[in-house]
Amino acid sequence: MTTTTLAVLVPLLPFLGSAAGLLLGRTAPGFVRPLAVLPTLAAAVLAVLVAFRQGGDEVIDAATQLTPTGSVPIDLSLYIDGFAALVAVLVGVVATCVQVYSTGYLRDDPRYPSYAALVSLFTSAMLLVVYSGDLMVLLVGWEVMGICSYFLVGHYWETPEARAASLKAFLVTKLGDVPFLIGLFALATDAGTFQITGVLGTVASGGLDHPTLIALLLLAGVAGKSAQFPLHTWLPDAMAGPTPVSALIHAATMVAAGIYFTARLLPVFAASAAAMTVLAVMAAITMVGSALAALAQDDIKRVLAYSTIGQLGYMAGALAVGDRGAAVFHLLSHAAFKALLFLAAGAVIHAAGTNSLTAMSRMSGLAKRVPDAYWTMTVALLALAAIPPFAGFFSKEAVLVAAEHTALGERDVAPAGAGWTVLVAGLLTALLTAAYALRLWLRTFRGRGAEAPDHGRQPIAMTSVLWVLAIPSLGFGLTAGYVDDWFDGHALTPTLTTAVLGTGLAAAGAAVTYAVWRTLAARAPVAVPLPHVAHPDADAGSVEAEALHLPHPAEDPADPGRALLGPLHGPAADGFHLDAVYRAAFVRPVLAAASLVRFLDREVVDTYVRAAGDSAKGLGWLVRRAQTGNVQTYLSALLAGSVVLAIAAVALANAVAGA
Amino acid sequence: MTLAATAQQTQGFLSTSGVEITFVLVGLVTLGAALVTVTTRQLVHAALWLVVALGGLAVEYLLLTAEFIAWVQVLIYVGSVVVLLLFGLMLTKAPIGRSPDADSGNRPVALAVALTAAVALVWVVVDAFRTTWIDLDGAVQGSTEVTGAVLFRHWVLPFEALSVLLLAALVGAIVLSRKKEQER
Amino acid sequence: MHLAYPAVLAALLFCVGLYGVLARRNAILVLMSVELMLNAVNLNLVAFDVWLRDTLHAGQALTLFTIAIAAAEIGIGLAIVLMVHRNQGTSDVDRLRDTAEGPDTPEAPDASDERREPTDEKTEAAA
Repeated sequence: MTTTTLAVLVPLLPFLGSAAGLLLGRTAPGFVRPLAVLPTLAAAVLAVLVAFRQGGDEVIDAATQLTPTGSVPIDLSLYIDGFAALVAVLVGVVATCVQVYSTGYLRDDPRYPSYAALVSLFTSAMLLVVYSGDLMVLLVGWEVMGICSYFLVGHYWETPEARAASLKAFLVTKLGDVPFLIGLFALATDAGTFQITGVLGTVASGGLDHPTLIALLLLAGVAGKSAQFPLHTWLPDAMAGPTPVSALIHAATMVAAGIYFTARLLPVFAASAAAMTVLAVMAAITMVGSALAALAQDDIKRVLAYSTIGQLGYMAGALAVGDRGAAVFHLLSHAAFKALLFLAAGAVIHAAGTNSLTAMSRMSGLAKRVPDAYWTMTVALLALAAIPPFAGFFSKEAVLVAAEHTALGERDVAPAGAGWTVLVAGLLTALLTAAYALRLWLRTFRGRGAEAPDHGRQPIAMTSVLWVLAIPSLGFGLTAGYVDDWFDGHALTPTLTTAVLGTGLAAAGAAVTYAVWRTLAARAPVAVPLPHVAHPDADAGSVEAEALHLPHPAEDPADPGRALLGPLHGPAADGFHLDAVYRAAFVRPVLAAASLVRFLDREVVDTYVRAAGDSAKGLGWLVRRAQTGNVQTYLSALLAGSVVLAIAAVALANAVAGA
Repeated sequence: MTLAATAQQTQGFLSTSGVEITFVLVGLVTLGAALVTVTTRQLVHAALWLVVALGGLAVEYLLLTAEFIAWVQVLIYVGSVVVLLLFGLMLTKAPIGRSPDADSGNRPVALAVALTAAVALVWVVVDAFRTTWIDLDGAVQGSTEVTGAVLFRHWVLPFEALSVLLLAALVGAIVLSRKKEQER
Repeated sequence: MHLAYPAVLAALLFCVGLYGVLARRNAILVLMSVELMLNAVNLNLVAFDVWLRDTLHAGQALTLFTIAIAAAEIGIGLAIVLMVHRNQGTSDVDRLRDTAEGPDTPEAPDASDERREPTDEKTEAAA
């Protein structure tokens, strides 16, 4: 088979698997698991094949037109460069891991068939986004992901949190998608084509008429999908979905789509210095803010969610300084360790019977209960904190190097201001990241108090996946020297200055956190254990759904995050009150407008409708009065009418004759 | 008055011919009998006054030289129709003597409609025919011979069709007035 | 003779019959009034036939037909009246109100729009 055929099969297989899963889910439950895992696995294998054949040097560009579509043609086309090939591999691998993990995680879930089919569809949509060479086709995948995220985040729709979160995820991303769509149209109008090659050609020849406007519109969509400030608020709430879904959304698909899209169309953004500056500021705010928020969260998954936002901020920062190699490199390594973190967190939540860090900090021996999760999570947290030689170190260094070069004027793709912004924010975030990563680890696995309950070993489907993902988390960074071919060919190796700076700051953050934790732990007495779920022996999915209801303690004196943040802790725990701002700025006006519309409809429009009905009824009532049943009355009326007509006729005739 | 004046230009209004005077007098009687028919409170009397009115009309036909019609009028109307009506009154147990509710509540409306119609019709008719003159002299126009000849020469087909109609009416009347089997 | 005399007489007779049809309560009296109206028409027909000296004597022939039809009409009419009297116990025209609207359940026009019982058609079915 040619590489093109293979590439077409990559998004197609999960799609077919999803369709088959939806069709057969009820009638043939035995086929659901193979149908969920095998197409995704096949897609992953094919994606690896495509990546090797593509080899990073020659762009595969194939297009076919199904039907004429008017002034701007829409093609079914493939555009596979090194980035696309690698991201597709990542998506395939992570999706396969998630599917395998889900077979264990949602073992007893009655809605597993539809869940698995939706995950497949999600994967397929992301692969379509990755491989598509046409912006319209890309948009199809983009929107399919939006609706799939809605369904998957709302998987536990019995709980109000999940319902609210799924709606929020959908609406907030849509808020970005509308400008995104307009931006795509504007771009296509300027370029005269939806083809990415065509668009890039136009940009290269300077044919773009409104680069700033288009870039800003597209950035809104990117911010919504990739959870950048100020449209990031859906992501922490999306934790109401099952953990594998969080892993999928945060690592490989949804949030990666925005970064990937920007990376692919980077020349369009680079054509406007203003857009690059906006992107840099957005990335800087996102990084620092989310790192602070992560330090204050109590829900283990929310910590990870905020860390995802922060890492996406790094990628956006890399793009803001015009280095898409670094951005995608970080995207790949982040996807590996973040998927691992989430999947391990799922195992931890299952074992602990709670998702509260405070509750975990009051039970000891959790590490012994879930050794696989303990070790792999340690690896992933080290990667997150960018400690060499883990994957995160290399990819983050690539970002910082790009920012430094831009700041010092060695690269001229983006303005130097953007470089400085990203560099400073990135270094600050490195410090905070190490702090919250260590806090997470300490509070989860170094708790003191009652022995953690023993629920037996986790299913092999869950633990094996953790070790599979631990490999790239550990070693992917070391390949930096070999994967240059796929990343525009320029070096991604770290430089001494940034490496020392970044690692030093991370170590400092970790050291301070550890010291604070030791002090607090020594000072605070062993607190009473917090409640955990009522049915800890159920499968992991049910435990997590139950854990959503558990209360989170407002105050915990032993929390190093509280001591480190000081007065900032309250706002940070609440996501800096952005939700309240949104409530005041968007939700309230919309609700007020809705009630106004409701009033207008009920009281004004309906009045006319009712009046029309009532007048007809009243008229009918009057006419009914005439129906007495007395034939003489009818006849009288008839004859009186005839007489009047006759007189009128005669009078008219006379008048005519007289005239 | 203009009516009389214009009529006198050709023939004198209410000319000396006895026919005209007789016609008017009999007409007044007929009209009066008809009025009593529709106003009397005694139902049987109404039928009898109807006889007077129909008979008066028969005389008017005679005066208009339509003698065959006049006899038919007497035979069929006075002879059969009024008898039928009297039978009907008896079969429906109509009260003998004055019945206070002979008129329905619709009377004022009826009066208004009838009066308006009368004024309008009379006005139109007089306006149209005040100068028209009927020449009653010459060949008799309504003798039995003439009517018979005309009827069986030119009007045979309608005449035969009419016989079918009468047959249908006969059958219909019998069917309608027959008592049901189970009622007997 | 003036044509106006029979014409006016016919018009007045017609209106008298009209009044009777509209004002009388007993169905048989209504039938009598119908006879009066028919006769008024007959008189007109004869008068105009004589005036026009029609060679076909269409007026007189039509009068004969009318008389015959009137006889048929009175037969059928009386049969119907007898039937009604037998079924309803009355031959008063203004009491035969089976076709009237039902007894006004919704007085106010904005009352509930529930369908009312259809009027009782038992007697008509029997007739």
